[in-house]
Amino acid sequence: MNCDGVIHELSNFIDGELDSAMKRELESHLTDCEDCRLVVDQTKKTVEIFCDCEPIELPVDVRTRLHEALRRKLREAAK
Amino acid sequence: MVSPWILLSTPNPHRLPSTIAREDEHLLVAAAKAGDLTAFEELVSRYERKIFRLTMNITGNREDAEDAMQDAFLKSYSHLKTFQGDSRFYTWLVRIAANEALMRLRKRRPNQFSLDEPIAGEEDEFPHELKDWGPSPEQRFAQTEMRDILSGVMQELEPEYRTVFVLRDIEELSTEETAAAVGISVPAVKSRLLRARLKLREKLNRYFQQGRTH
Repeated sequence: MNCDGVIHELSNFIDGELDSAMKRELESHLTDCEDCRLVVDQTKKTVEIFCDCEPIELPVDVRTRLHEALRRKLREAAK
Repeated sequence: MVSPWILLSTPNPHRLPSTIAREDEHLLVAAAKAGDLTAFEELVSRYERKIFRLTMNITGNREDAEDAMQDAFLKSYSHLKTFQGDSRFYTWLVRIAANEALMRLRKRRPNQFSLDEPIAGEEDEFPHELKDWGPSPEQRFAQTEMRDILSGVMQELEPEYRTVFVLRDIEELSTEETAAAVGISVPAVKSRLLRARLKLREKLNRYFQQGRTH
């Protein structure tokens, strides 16, 4: 596998969707290619950082308006 | 009958923190379907932050994000009886919220993007700007600063890529669920996800490359 092949299969590799032969081939390339190693590690890290980022608290005014809208809806439904 | 207004405005002292009670989602949904308004209130409280993050990430506009979130919760309540439980309630809610957000994005930028058509130049491309990030580059930033960085680079991404990345990697929908939510094919989801990940990596490179001060 060459560098373009690694990029082509990058998502499948990160998501664990490569069959074992292809995975071995890709990993073998990574042991010899520092550039690909950086791309793979940093792309994995990118996904992890976004996944790990907790959502912020809902702004008070946004939450108030959401719950007011829900109350109106639930009042209608309860009639 | 107790007023739903009171039910929504009175804190429930017995409510468990959302992270602890996650596995009871199907019980809450069943109760809400049977007319228990406190159960629906719990579902809203549990997911409002995540749904707002989703609609903000897709629309990139606070007003649209708020409207999309509100309509998503109202629609989910209206259509709760049609929810069959084939997927998690949250996954179903994410699909509704994504549709609401996408509708607003399309309305605001009618000629600027289409999720339905192939994107020119989607071929793989070896990344440039390869610099070492060092271990745990995100820890070099304060939490609020990191949030601003992530939000900024996300909004720099084209909506076609952003939407797929948000649904697939942040909301953890499957490739098939993402394809159904956005209305594109599974190969198109895979292709856009790869491009989105590569583009985000490159954008984060500006902040994370070793030796960079901020």
